[in-house]
Amino acid sequence: MSPTTVVFYLLAAFTVASAFGVAVSTHIVYSAFALMGTLLGVAALYVFLGADFLGAIQLLVYVGGILVLSLFAIMLTHRIADVHVSNRAVGRVPAAVVALLVFVGLVRVASRAAWVVWDRQALVPTTAAIGHAFLGRWLLPFEVASLVLLVALIGAVVLSRKEVRP
Amino acid sequence: MDGVGVQSWVILSAILFVLGLFCVLTRRNALGILMGIELVLNAASLNVVALAHYASLGRDGQLFAIFVIMLAAAEAAIGLAIVLGIYQSFETIDVDATDRLRG
Amino acid sequence: MNPHLVATPAAWVALVPLLPLSGAIVLGLGGAWLQHRVGPRAVSAIACGTVAAAFLLALRALATLIGLPPDDRLLVATLWPWLEVGGLAVDVALGVDPLSAVMILVVTGVGGLIHGYAIGYMHGERGLWRFFAFLNLFTFAMLILVMAENLLLLFLGWEGVGFCSWALIGFWYREPANAVAGNKAFIVNRIGDLGFVLGLVLLFWTFADAGVPTLAFRLMEPRADVLQGAQLWGMPVATLATVLLFLGATGKSAQIPLYVWLPDAMAGPTPVSALIHAATMVTAGVYMIARLHWLFALAPFTLHLIAAVGLATAFLAATLALVETDIKKVLAYSTVSQLGYMMLAMGVGAWGAGIFHLVTHAFFKAGLFLAAGSVMHALGGEQDMRRMGGLWAALPHTAVTCLVATLAIVGTPCFAGFFSKDAILWAAFSSRYGHPLLWAGGTVVAGLTAFYMVRQFVLVFLGTSRSDADARQHLHESPAVMTVPLWILAVGAVVAGYLGVPPVLGESLGVPHVLEGWFAPLFGGHAAPAGAGESHGAHAELELGLMIASVTVAAGGALLAWLMYGARRIAPERVSDALAGLPYRVLRHRYWVDEVYAAVFVRGTVSLARVLTWVDTQVIDRLVDGAATVVRGAAVLGRSIDDWLVDPAVNAVADATWAVGRAARHVQTGAVTSYLYGVLLGMLGGVLLWWSWAAAR
Repeated sequence: MSPTTVVFYLLAAFTVASAFGVAVSTHIVYSAFALMGTLLGVAALYVFLGADFLGAIQLLVYVGGILVLSLFAIMLTHRIADVHVSNRAVGRVPAAVVALLVFVGLVRVASRAAWVVWDRQALVPTTAAIGHAFLGRWLLPFEVASLVLLVALIGAVVLSRKEVRP
Repeated sequence: MDGVGVQSWVILSAILFVLGLFCVLTRRNALGILMGIELVLNAASLNVVALAHYASLGRDGQLFAIFVIMLAAAEAAIGLAIVLGIYQSFETIDVDATDRLRG
Repeated sequence: MNPHLVATPAAWVALVPLLPLSGAIVLGLGGAWLQHRVGPRAVSAIACGTVAAAFLLALRALATLIGLPPDDRLLVATLWPWLEVGGLAVDVALGVDPLSAVMILVVTGVGGLIHGYAIGYMHGERGLWRFFAFLNLFTFAMLILVMAENLLLLFLGWEGVGFCSWALIGFWYREPANAVAGNKAFIVNRIGDLGFVLGLVLLFWTFADAGVPTLAFRLMEPRADVLQGAQLWGMPVATLATVLLFLGATGKSAQIPLYVWLPDAMAGPTPVSALIHAATMVTAGVYMIARLHWLFALAPFTLHLIAAVGLATAFLAATLALVETDIKKVLAYSTVSQLGYMMLAMGVGAWGAGIFHLVTHAFFKAGLFLAAGSVMHALGGEQDMRRMGGLWAALPHTAVTCLVATLAIVGTPCFAGFFSKDAILWAAFSSRYGHPLLWAGGTVVAGLTAFYMVRQFVLVFLGTSRSDADARQHLHESPAVMTVPLWILAVGAVVAGYLGVPPVLGESLGVPHVLEGWFAPLFGGHAAPAGAGESHGAHAELELGLMIASVTVAAGGALLAWLMYGARRIAPERVSDALAGLPYRVLRHRYWVDEVYAAVFVRGTVSLARVLTWVDTQVIDRLVDGAATVVRGAAVLGRSIDDWLVDPAVNAVADATWAVGRAARHVQTGAVTSYLYGVLLGMLGGVLLWWSWAAAR
């Protein structure tokens, strides 16, 4: 067991545990913070895979943006003080069955697939390469994604306006 | 990585995916469901980045993940705006309560 | 007729009928106003003025004709084209030739006198304007009839006089019996008119088929050869058409079998009886035959029929007059009888003699009727001769004029009737269509005529008065406006005869047969009675002998009447009781002719109507209802199909849709979680499918 393997398993365990917390917790804020843990773990794993830029983006956008936004939403939609069980779960057994089935299926695929592993390259900073890609070959998707964000922005504003009641 | 095979990454992604799926299917809190969706997305992105890494296509997998993050952001914004709207109409975000479209 | 006749256009002759027409229009539209605002004199003046003016124009026409060469005596006024239908082109064309000149003089002359008489007779009548309007209208129609240059226009006048007759018979319409009499006249005439129309159509049809599509007399007569050999259903067209036309004449001229209306027509005012039912309308049939003599000459069978019917009618009517007690009814039957004489003349081809008798008859019959009216006027409306008598002294003018007319009708030598009746009797004997038996029958009728006319005169004017005291108190002679026409007619009843002095009498005196020469261009070529122009030889002796014989018979009849009613040597009751009173009773019941007609024709028609009504309601209506029921049944069937097949089918579709919807709506749980499950399962299903597909490859 090499140190990288250990690091991997540690990071993986942390991420899975956090994800478990998201799935099981009955308090919404606890779930939110567990999600934060999961996202941090995934960011670390990205870096582990040599995607440094991606990890940074994960932290910035997911944790700093989306998660904070979710927390805002939680605050705005709950009377936190009186709610004990704010994130109940129903129908766990059928969901568990389905989930298990899906898991089994995925694992089988993973184990049976004839993975072709190529020579690993050295880990290099990826920011420049991604930057070039975004403004080169993947310019159009990049711009379209920007447009989507713009539309989402406007849409979110429109949707969350308070209705004017006559 | 010595010792960490592709399958490990795939299994890891599968675990995260399934947990996210469980979350989506069982949660009654709308925000809980959204969190489950985030888990799913993350699992999928992790899977792609890992496979790209092992296929020496690292940059392409990361690009995919970046796009996913962008779209997840947009989706989260809209979704949370909808949740706010539901809260305004129903005074609750329990999805069992929002069955007005029941046929 | 002269085939190359040159007609002289003379539009002014159209005024002859149009003047009375304008009088009728003025009086019809404004007569009531005139009578009330201006007075009855205005009405009378207009009515008589128009007819008098027409008479003057008729005189002028006569003078003009005399001035023309004998072969070209025709004045024509073509007013406008009337019809152009199919091949038939008919103009409104009026003409004056020797025949129609005589007729219009009679109509306007005698008619004018009667108009004047009516001023006095109808004095005080509230509907005077209506009376004179119809009288003028009648004059117009009669003039159209006699002046028409084609058969269709003649028929127009024919119908017109029929209508005016109806209107005038029923003039005092408030009395239902008068209206009924008017209806009877019209309906019986109608039956005759049917024959007339059929004859007219047949005639036109035959002529048109031969390429001469016309009804104008001047165009038909030269082409009479068209009828040679023309047949319809095996019968010669000429015979068939003339028989049909004669049927019309029997209606209008009151011959057997359509004479029954004339006695009833006496319900009208006496001037009407005089004008229409003595002098003019009833003579229309005779005129029509004279006008179409060339056609009748082609049908000897019809001529024999006409002669027989005429003589039979003359005899029948004369017998009926023997026992009549109503003063006007006697004259009515007398008219029928004299018309029979005229028909007899026509039947033996003596067209001129028939017209001659028509003219003389107009004078003395009108005179007799007006005299009767004068008597009725004097007695306050009394018509029953059993309540008259001894009026000679009180009504001198009436009595003398009536005596003259009676002598004329009886056939007293030197009076008009003698000459005209003798002409007919001689023609009946000697014409190639004639027969001695016809002469004998006519002579017998002359005897009967003499009897009943003298009977009437004696009963009315002679002997002691049988009227009641009140009537005797009010006896007065009629005013001048009534007696002057009587005198004029009386003079005519003498003088008119001298238009037709037979050569056998006249040649020695240098008196020509005026009428024969006058009519020669018209009638000369056709069946002139044989021997009419001779004055000496065996024919002349025979003629004189027959003349004397008929005068003797007439004198015998007159003498018998005098003995029975005047000198009271023979009691009338003994005669009427003869042979168990049977002949008397038959005559009093008028041979039950009216009763037979009513039973057979009237009831028969009503029964037929009942039968047809039954057929209509029971058979035809049932069929129609049956058809309706079938349709209703079809409608019910359709509705059942609709209710049981179509509607359930449609409803089933709707129900199925609804059921599917009700089942499917459960998918819409409204719960987000179930939707998510749905998405997931669908996705998994898709993945499995793809796997199996990929594995199979």
